[in-house]
Amino acid sequence: MAMHLIINGEDHDDLPDHLTVAGLITHLGLPERKIAVERNLEVIPKSTFDTVVLINHDALEIIHFIGGG
Amino acid sequence: MLANTQDPLIVAGRTFQSRLIIGTGKFADYQQNADALTASGAEIVTVAVRRVNLSDPSAPMLADFIDPASTTYLPNTAGCFTGEDAVRTLRLAREAGGWNLVKLEVLSDPKHLYPDMEETMRALALLKSDGFDVMVYCTDDPVFARKLEDQGADAIMPLAAPIGSGLGILNPVNIRLIVEQTKVPVVVDAGVGTPSDAVIAMELGCDAVLANSAIAAAKDPVRMARAMKHAVIAGREAYLAGRMPKKMYADPSSPLAGLI
Repeated sequence: MAMHLIINGEDHDDLPDHLTVAGLITHLGLPERKIAVERNLEVIPKSTFDTVVLINHDALEIIHFIGGG
Repeated sequence: MLANTQDPLIVAGRTFQSRLIIGTGKFADYQQNADALTASGAEIVTVAVRRVNLSDPSAPMLADFIDPASTTYLPNTAGCFTGEDAVRTLRLAREAGGWNLVKLEVLSDPKHLYPDMEETMRALALLKSDGFDVMVYCTDDPVFARKLEDQGADAIMPLAAPIGSGLGILNPVNIRLIVEQTKVPVVVDAGVGTPSDAVIAMELGCDAVLANSAIAAAKDPVRMARAMKHAVIAGREAYLAGRMPKKMYADPSSPLAGLI
């Protein structure tokens, strides 16, 4: 089985089932400390990254800080 | 040197020695941005919130060059055109950074980038009820500035001129009216083009100045950052010192008595 997620507006069809948020971040190779994740319009607290399990077709936004005025 | 004068900027209970806030947009790279920050003496930088680049997760990140532990990141909502977008963006920013001091800006038309004050007011109410400390980008309208303060804004940030225009303080009368009526800090945000503009803002009694394009778009951004630092100090000191009255006629500086 493979899971489908929408991450930052793009389809990802090849993800393992029962992935936690922390697992997804590792899978994507992102630095956990510097990002924030929103799932279906709800912010996921960093303290729960290890326990929140993603569900098929979840829509995620993964953001960080960049230069701006 | 300024530390001796005991004249800190206090925003939402946080104390800063520098009255210059700089942006982090439009620099050639993050290293130049970090060098400009050092030269400016600023303790607060504005930052934007954007999607991470999933195709290049190892791309340089702002936090690798400007340490959020020693410099206060002020997340903005630049690019947001509705109150909901702004609140959503800042909730993510709070989780990414772990702090609740933010800059709210809700824009209207991409052509002039003037803030939509109705949406800004709505977003401010949502953010305050959600526990944020909110510095609010706004028009230079004293009526809306008062409404924002009444609704709990932690700083009023009127524009001097359109974002990125570098046109300077277009309406010093309004800026002065806002300064006189406002109890929370007033920070001129947007439109400062050169250090003399920053001096004028500070001489009008503003508590701080935010500069991004004026520094980043200079030929030598690091040197311009240093110039802005001195401008803000000069303007603040002049404001506190109180300028001489203007006179219609000459008044000799040397005594006329005792001439040979």
